[in-house]
Amino acid sequence: MNDAPTAYLDHAATTPMVEAAVEAMTRQLRDLGNASSLHASGRRARRVVEESRESIAQALGSRPGEVVFTSGGTEADNLALKGLFWQRRSAEPTRSRILASAIEHHAVLDPLEWLAEHEGAILDLVAVDRDGRLDLDAVRRTLEVAPDEIALISVMWANNEVGTLQPLDQVVALAGERGIPVHSDAVQALGVVPVDFAASGLDALSLSGHKIGGPQGVGALVVRREVELTPLLHGGGQERDVRSGTLDVPAIAGFAAAVQAAAQHQATHAARLRTLRARLVTAVQGAVPDAVLNGGEDGLPGIAHFTFPGCEGDSLLMLLDARGIECSTGSACSAGVPQPSHVLLAMGRDPETARSSLRFSLGHTSTEADVDALGAAIGPCVERARAAWA
Amino acid sequence: MKVVAAMSGGVDSAVAAARAHEAGHEVTGIHLALSRNPKSYRSGARGCCTIEDANDARRAADVIGIPFYVWDLSERFHADVVEDFMDTYAAGQTPNPCLRCNEKIKFAAVLERALALGFDAVATGHYAQLRDGDGGLELHRAVDAGKDQSYVLGVLDEHQLRHSLFPLGDTPKPQVREEAAARGLLVADKPDSHDICFVADGDNAGWLEEKLAERYDDAPFLTPGPIVDEVTGETLGEHRGTYGYTIGQRKGLRLGRPAPDGRPRYVLDIEPVSNTVTVGPRERLAVTRIHGTSPRWCGAPLPTDSGPADVTVQLRAHGAEHRATCLVGAGGAEVTIDLIDPAHGIAPGQAAVIYDGTRVIGSATITRTERAAG
Repeated sequence: MNDAPTAYLDHAATTPMVEAAVEAMTRQLRDLGNASSLHASGRRARRVVEESRESIAQALGSRPGEVVFTSGGTEADNLALKGLFWQRRSAEPTRSRILASAIEHHAVLDPLEWLAEHEGAILDLVAVDRDGRLDLDAVRRTLEVAPDEIALISVMWANNEVGTLQPLDQVVALAGERGIPVHSDAVQALGVVPVDFAASGLDALSLSGHKIGGPQGVGALVVRREVELTPLLHGGGQERDVRSGTLDVPAIAGFAAAVQAAAQHQATHAARLRTLRARLVTAVQGAVPDAVLNGGEDGLPGIAHFTFPGCEGDSLLMLLDARGIECSTGSACSAGVPQPSHVLLAMGRDPETARSSLRFSLGHTSTEADVDALGAAIGPCVERARAAWA
Repeated sequence: MKVVAAMSGGVDSAVAAARAHEAGHEVTGIHLALSRNPKSYRSGARGCCTIEDANDARRAADVIGIPFYVWDLSERFHADVVEDFMDTYAAGQTPNPCLRCNEKIKFAAVLERALALGFDAVATGHYAQLRDGDGGLELHRAVDAGKDQSYVLGVLDEHQLRHSLFPLGDTPKPQVREEAAARGLLVADKPDSHDICFVADGDNAGWLEEKLAERYDDAPFLTPGPIVDEVTGETLGEHRGTYGYTIGQRKGLRLGRPAPDGRPRYVLDIEPVSNTVTVGPRERLAVTRIHGTSPRWCGAPLPTDSGPADVTVQLRAHGAEHRATCLVGAGGAEVTIDLIDPAHGIAPGQAAVIYDGTRVIGSATITRTERAAG
């Protein structure tokens, strides 16, 4: 039904595993051992976990004890937000406000909304500009209103839909003056921009394996040792009693190999993506002159997010898919019911514009041929999708 | 052909998609999202609006081996089906939302979008048959009389039929279930849906009470009013708002006292403006003439102003077939149907679907009925 070779342009959703990660993971798949066991097999498994922890810590500029393995970015975000909120509120009951950007991933927004609904948290979702960059003046104003009521701040490193990098240094500086912990979801940033935990001044950082060429189902929360977290998962007391559950040794080994490779090759990888992205933008705008590039020019080098006026993004995605070109309308939804992206709405777009948008994202296996295939297909697909909306 | 298969998550549409695929068509499975917030409509496993149904449809598409997408038709569905449903009840009539959905959504919004995107047809799991006849394409009843759904397709015009596929029309339902099981479709045992998909738990009265109150602030038909006996003119009880009643209804009238003749009373008339429900004995329900508006023809229309044609008519979903004559008047805008034998409990708002043998000629929305003399 689909003879064209696939052009995979959805690396921000998930990217193929790098060879080093496949090797590291498969090496562990046949090995026996629970990393919590006291005998020789257990110690062998534990050694793999701790070596992985150390290599991740080294790559990220953190201490090994600051790396808490999780099942992925979503769990890391939940642990950071709920764990910090509960801990801070029990230490200082007046601290019930949480400040976050309006364009966080749902793995951040939904736990925050849950905390607001069930735990009495008060959310301050801070506006962004038309490029999706956090409004620092608004952050400052919010902090000045009630500095003693804010439990924590969460601002993503780079937005997953439009790729805009956030002014984390300034956020950390503003928070630091007032002793407020800052969390950042960096799942899209690692490997494409420099990520150094110690230098960032952050208190907690979420990472995901499969966004950087590691396996799915594993991630980490890097969290400063001084920061106390209330656990979400109770049980065997693994991961400094913050995250119980038998450790997934093969996945952790694969994740560590991917983090190492991501840190090592970040600069060359980013340069390669930047060149491919420029080619993609030229190709798309050449074929569809009124396509609007969202998110500015200095964002993540692998993400190109466009609005195609007069097209429904879903129609366009389907038409491209039928030609073997795979992309995304932004964030997926469990029911598959398309909602206009909260990110684009926060960036001041109307719902119709928000629904007329597609994200193309590049990764380590992307080629010029992938980009050129998109360039060849996008014109006719847009034309057809426009007819379907009329 | 390039075909869009509308997949509800049920067994029928899954087998229909599989058959279209096997027949050599290039099939793409589509699940229609009819509510922005699936939980707000219904929570059960049946119907067409739950996340579970979307997942069932997706798994069926996987098994068949076809691409699958969700199309958001929620706004159109609300405007064209749900609001029409509310407004029809508000006007004291009885709507058929499935028919409206076929007319406005599945074979209109979906079909037009599919055609624009480069598809040729929409396939559904409806039990009905398309045949090439002397006068062109014809819509016929399904071979499984118990499952026949030609009634709810009687609103489709020739253009819509030309771009439709009904792969199940030649097969009895039990055989469709067997085929689903043989094909490895996990929905083979899923129960049939009977209720209105957007009404939670089949609680029509409760749903209407809530939604109509939101839509029509303080309208008279939302408040209690008299139930009047047509024969004696006496008030026999109080109704809870005219929207909760249907012509021919006997149960749930909660009449305070029996009618003078001691016989059961049936709803004869619903008048939302005066907020009155009129009841009477069963024989007063007998209708011999039906007036319908806005006829839609499934192929060649009956000739206008050229004398009555001998037909049969079906006056509600899964209802009986009645022998009748049909006269098209008012330049084609209205039909008058004279029944050979009286029919009972005919509710304005429902469709009169007109047949010639097994062939659907067309349909009209019932506006008014005339009773048998005496």
